[in-house]
Amino acid sequence: MPVEIWLHFILGFMIIGAIAALEIKDVLSAIIAVGIVGLGLSVAFLFLQAPDLALVQFVFEILCMIILIRAFTHRKEHKIDLKSNVVLVAIAVVILSVVFVLGIFAFKELPSFGKPIARIAERYLTKGPQETGSANIVTSIILDYRAYDTLGEITVLFTSILGAFTILRVIGRKQRR
Amino acid sequence: MTLYLMTFFLFLVGLYGATTKRDIIKIILAIGIMGYSVNLFLILIAYRSGAIYPILTKSLGKELMVDPLPQALVLTAIVIELGITALLASLAIRIFEKYKTFDITQVRRLKG
Repeated sequence: MPVEIWLHFILGFMIIGAIAALEIKDVLSAIIAVGIVGLGLSVAFLFLQAPDLALVQFVFEILCMIILIRAFTHRKEHKIDLKSNVVLVAIAVVILSVVFVLGIFAFKELPSFGKPIARIAERYLTKGPQETGSANIVTSIILDYRAYDTLGEITVLFTSILGAFTILRVIGRKQRR
Repeated sequence: MTLYLMTFFLFLVGLYGATTKRDIIKIILAIGIMGYSVNLFLILIAYRSGAIYPILTKSLGKELMVDPLPQALVLTAIVIELGITALLASLAIRIFEKYKTFDITQVRRLKG
């Protein structure tokens, strides 16, 4: 079967998982339904010839589910039975469907699936192995051509982990005195 | 075209959840779904039909390869999403400890 049919199947699966994650009452079931979306995305990356991304997405999804399950499922007193405002839901559905219809016109202007523009990538693909010495061209972009981008990524990641650690620390400054 | 539209629909499902749900856990999950769809869209526009992954093999550079630049950028974005999720989860835990609820309409008082 061609790639497009597999991708349609996986994307439909992901959409069903996303809707289920947003509508299920139970917290653990909702988090696992998001896991469906993430692992489906990992399979989609494999079909789209991005093996590095599939591995990273897989690890990310498992870590994300561990964090969310550890953080939210042990609170027995919490039940999701919150009803959303009906007027708000109606307004949101109308606006989002208008955005979807406008999106149809916008996506017509893009190059069709399977024919990328790839203007910058031609240089990376032809000269990358000689200039960087790396067989994996994605790695040569991350660590050589766009190394400052990766430095910024590490900075953002470090800052967010530092923020989470600061928020979650047990002993505040007042209690220590 | 239909693949792009399905990805866009997935993004809109996430946006719907983030705007209408009252539970903080559901909002965190919806933000994650939006991130997934954006990553998938960037990889979709990088795909070239009949091409292989951008790693050099024995048959040196004979085949077409997919666009490696969005793959490198999405690799960055996925890692940042993990940081976002951890930060949001820790904020939600602290909100629950202070207000005893995950309902965002109950989180009104400014308590120091």
